[in-house]
Formats: sequence, C-alpha cells, structure tokens
Amino acid sequence: MAVRKNTSAIKNPPKHLLGIQNLSIQEAKQILKDAKEFINLNRSNSKKLDTLRGKTQINLFFEPSTRTQSSFDLAGKRLGADVMTMNMSNSALKKGETLIDTAMTLNAMHPDLIVIRHQDSGAPNLLSQKVNCAVINAGDGRREHPTQALLDALTIINRKGKIEGLKIAICGDILHSRVARSNIYLMNMLGAEVNIIAPKTLMPKSIERLGVKPFTNMKKGLDGCDIVMMLRLQNERMQGSFLPSKREYYEFFGLTPEKLKFANKDALIMHPGPMNRGVEIDTKLADDINVSLVKEQVELGVAVRMACLKTYCK
Amino acid sequence: MNEKIFINARIIDPSQKMDEKGSLILDNKGKIKAIGKNVKRSDVRSSAEVFDIKGNILIPGIVDMKAFVGEPGYEYKENFRTLSQAALAGGVTSIVTMPNTKPIIDNVSMVDFIIRRGRDKASINLFPCASITKQCEGKLMTEFGLLSLRGIIGFSDVNKTIQNTELMARIMDYASDLGVLIMQHAEDYELSKNSCINDGEIATRLGLEGVSQIAEKIIIERDLSLLSEYPCRYHINQISSKKSLEVIKRSKSNGKKFSVGVSINNLSLNENDIGEFKTFLKLSPPLRLEEDRLSLVNGIKENLIDVIVSDHIPEDEESKRLPFAQAATGAIGIETLLPLALEMHHNESLPLNKIIETLTVNPAKILQINKGTLKKVLMAIFVSLILMRLG
Repeated sequence: MAVRKNTSAIKNPPKHLLGIQNLSIQEAKQILKDAKEFINLNRSNSKKLDTLRGKTQINLFFEPSTRTQSSFDLAGKRLGADVMTMNMSNSALKKGETLIDTAMTLNAMHPDLIVIRHQDSGAPNLLSQKVNCAVINAGDGRREHPTQALLDALTIINRKGKIEGLKIAICGDILHSRVARSNIYLMNMLGAEVNIIAPKTLMPKSIERLGVKPFTNMKKGLDGCDIVMMLRLQNERMQGSFLPSKREYYEFFGLTPEKLKFANKDALIMHPGPMNRGVEIDTKLADDINVSLVKEQVELGVAVRMACLKTYCK
Repeated sequence: MNEKIFINARIIDPSQKMDEKGSLILDNKGKIKAIGKNVKRSDVRSSAEVFDIKGNILIPGIVDMKAFVGEPGYEYKENFRTLSQAALAGGVTSIVTMPNTKPIIDNVSMVDFIIRRGRDKASINLFPCASITKQCEGKLMTEFGLLSLRGIIGFSDVNKTIQNTELMARIMDYASDLGVLIMQHAEDYELSKNSCINDGEIATRLGLEGVSQIAEKIIIERDLSLLSEYPCRYHINQISSKKSLEVIKRSKSNGKKFSVGVSINNLSLNENDIGEFKTFLKLSPPLRLEEDRLSLVNGIKENLIDVIVSDHIPEDEESKRLPFAQAATGAIGIETLLPLALEMHHNESLPLNKIIETLTVNPAKILQINKGTLKKVLMAIFVSLILMRLG
C-alpha cells in the first residue's frame, strides 16, 4: 500500500495531449490557429521567442526517430524552453527499470513538459497518470500520433483553405499505423470524408466503425479525392508474411501518376515520411512540387509542435 | 460436536433435483443426516444447535475448476491461506488448483509437496492438477498414471495449448486408457502471436494486436476430431466466443462426450470494459463482443457449457502497472464468482437452478468427486453451506 501512496496524489492534474481521440473540436481548432501564427515566424530571420522561457521540456524517445524528435527539439528551443532529449533505447530501461520508475525519476526534476514516443500503445496514458507535468504523445505503438495528424491538417488548410467537405484517402499499412488512426479521428472531426485503402492483410478489424470507408481497390478508393495520404510500408511486412513482395504491392497500392488520375484533378499528395520510393510512391511524383506536400509537412510540423507545447505548458 | 439443524431454508441442490423449503440436519460428525421438506425440528435432540436461515437459500459449496495458487514459487501473489480466505468469502469450498507454479507441478514429488502443504495451510478442499506436458512446454507428456495415483485430479497446461497435433493425439489415446481428465486451453499460437485483446474495434482503437476467434475455434475443432478417434475424458477449460460455441453445439448434438467451461469474466464483461488500457482486464481468452457474451450465457441455458469457473489469477501490482502489451494476463475472481453468477439470475438471463448447477454438481461430475452436493451420508466430513440473500 505504501507504493500507492507515493505514486499517486497529483494535485490539479495538468492537461495532456495523449491522442486526437481525447481532443475536442475547439481544442483542435485552437491549436491549428496558434500554429498558423508560428509559420511566418519560422520563415523569418529571428525565430526565437521567450514564451516558454524558464520552462523545461524533456523529450523521452524510447523508439528511434529523426524528424519527430528534431521537430520537437526545435519547437521547444524556438519558444525559449530548456530542452533535454533523452534517447531511452540505451538507458536505465535496459537495466530493468519500469516506465513508471523512469517517469517518477524524471518527475522529481520538475519538468514542465514531457514529450514521449514509445513502442507500446498506451504508454503515454500510463505515464500521464504518474507525473505532474503535461505529457505530449509523440507516437505510441500503433495507437496515435496526434501532432502528425495536426500538422497534416495544417498543411491541408494552408493549401486548400479548409478541411470541411474535402475527401481524403489514406493508403497503405493502416494496420500498423498510428498516423492513420490519428488522421482518421482528426479529419473526421474537422468534417472531411475519409477513404481507407489497404490490402486485406493490412486493414484493421472493424475499421468502418471509426467512420471511414474501407477499400481494397486503390482506383475506387481514390475516386474523387482531394488529398492522398500515403503511408510508409515497413520492410519486414513485405517479405511474405503480410504481402508477397514489394513489386506486387507497388503494382496494386503504389501511387503512380496513372492511379493519381482517378483522384480529383487538383489532388495533393502527402506522406509522413520516411518514404520508400518505388514501393509505395513513384519517385517523380514524390518530388513533384506541384502535387507533393511532403516538404511542407515537415516545415509546418515545427509550427504545430510549437503550438502544442505552448497550449499544454502551464 | 453437537448435532446442528438449519431450519427455514430454501434448499437448492441440483444434484438431487431439489428446490424446496425445508431443513437440514448435520450429525455430530458433521455429516448430513437428513435434508428436505420432511425434516422437522423434532427430528433432533433438544441439545442440538438450531440455526434459523430465515427463508434464505442453502446451496452446496461451490466447486471451482480453475484457480491459481502461488505456492510454490509465487507466494507474493497468492498462497493457500489467502486463497482459502478468498474462496470461503465467496462460497467456494472446493478448488482445482493449476500446476503453473514455480517449479511446475509435473512430477510426483511436487504433488506430494503441494498436497501436504495444502493439507496444513488451506481450509478448503483442494484438488490439484498436474501439467499435461513436462514444464508445460507442449513437448513431452507427464506421468499420468503415477500422478493420478498420488492424488492428481486432472491434467492441464493451464493457459498454454498443446500445439503439436501428433502429441495431442497420443496424449488423448494414452489418457483414454487410464481414464484421466485432460483439460485443454484452446488457443492456436500462430494466430494469437503477441496479441492481448479481442481482434475488433477496441483493438483497432487502442492500437493493440488482437487475437481472432479462430485461434480458439481451430484448436477446439482439432481436438474434437481427435476425440472421435481417442475418446478420453476431455474438457475445454474456457471458451470465449460464439463461433466456438457453434462447433461445440454441432459436436454435442452428434453425441460426442466432452465438457466445456467458461470464465465468469467472459459471462459478465465484454471488450468495451477495457476502456483506456485497463490492464486488469487483460485476460486469456480475451473479453470479446457483447454478442459473444450473450451467446455464452445462452450456451449455459442450452447445456452446451457445463461449468462456470473463476479463472482466478492474482497478480501483483508491478505486473499490472505496465503498458498494456507488457502487463501480465489474468485477474482475481474467486471471491466474486458467486455474486457475479447470481447477477445473471437477477437480470433474468439464467434460471437460478441452472446457475447453481454449473457451479456445483456439474464440475463435481466432470471431476468425478463427491462434492457439490448435499446428499445424505456424504463422505465429506465438512460440508460447507452457503447462505445467500437474493434480491
């Protein structure tokens, strides 16, 4: 019982960003509005603010990441926070320390924000119960990646002016994708119609219960879409256990200029990265600045994360 | 010890098809001397102790066919003393204990230890199980004959399944000759790899790997096919889905002899109860859809499911306060088995007599033990009675 006494009793629990599922439409819109204002700042010569001066942000990455980690790193620094990034793949966790113990240790250092990426779904939820600072989910297992969905939304708004009424296709390894799940929730919430395109073996059970239309035929799924979000297909999935081969996947689910013709004329392509050129997307298409938003996504990622840090840091 | 008489009781004993207002007399050795509506207060001497049940219900002590005791090896999770306390508080008087202790109960000396230890520490009837295969590894069978001689009631690899069909065939063949009880956990490992909850909407939302109903069904179908060739005493520990039930219905209506259990968890909860990562409800087999739960309740009504078990698996806090995928599987249940079962009477999904039957006489019949009944001149010296107020 002594254990319980020590670990609980958080007074005035802070708000966390654990997933789009827990977000209200007002909160989502506010974050997007705030983020918009950071876009120009990030393009200017003097990028630094002192909004979070004196605050401490810990980036806790249990899984390797390049773009999300550097994006959060930069976002915190531009807002003036002290940022510490901990690469947890070679730390106390290997010595048998549990997530809760790690959380308690870090909590004792009085951070104001913890950004966590973890390979297990639900790890940020568990962490948030044990610390008295805000927790921001930077991707947990295959559950959610809320800041990715928010930056995707901002990118779409930036180009199309709105999300409401658009038709969005998400295509690829939906089963293992947290990006897909967060985007389904957010795009639905903001009034878009969402099509899911995946081979049968990479389609999660009861996905239609999330308010989307599932397709196994890419051409049908792309019909009339304004946005095509491609997902990364991991190497281990395409060697016989889920799919027969790379080339078979590319034939049926790779985005090519021919397949893109089935979408709307002004359709735009997105990808959360890193890309497998020639597996899920034609390499020329990926680099075509007229249709590909990939670079913009990375750019706006910093703005969205700045908005999230500002919103959730008390 | 004086004679005791319990008066004004509604006695429900499905083993004698009894449901009547009456009394029960225990003789000075604690054996049942008389029972039923014809028993009168004047049948006992004036020195006898009188207990007025006040119209409440008297049922035989419950027989739980699946519970985990931490002894030896996991005393910090549960021991014989704490298990007895929990069981008695819940009206359970006989327990089949699982062999997945540390070390595993797969040899004769372990059996001697656990029987002696249980005799000294427990205040309930214990019926130990041994593992079907050595170390529950699913590779080599244990000494069914010798272990039975030492007092093993049945054989189970608990939450592990014998995947090798050839070995399973031999086990059933050998067991059919000896007449020992084989209790199988039905789960195909290839289909259930890394999974922790039902393969459905909740798994998709929580981003967890799900186990489909087919993993259970395929093993049941395999074993029932084998059973036609090797008719041994075969019991399926727990089923969780509607699809499994359909297979069972087909086989039972073809006259195949086997028995089926279900956990009280799968009868009272469904996958929605997991909410946001409640690791306490990480169970094996997992909680499934409401549709499955209802079909299981119906399976009891149609005699397709014979027993309700608690699937009592105490876990310490450290094993559960982890991300869902890493957390231990199992939950306590022995103390709440009866109240939750009675809930199915209160919400009118099952008749009371049927519930009592699946908790008392049915498991006793499968195990071939003289428990779960209030018959006269019972061998047992301590017959425990439960008084339960029904709303």
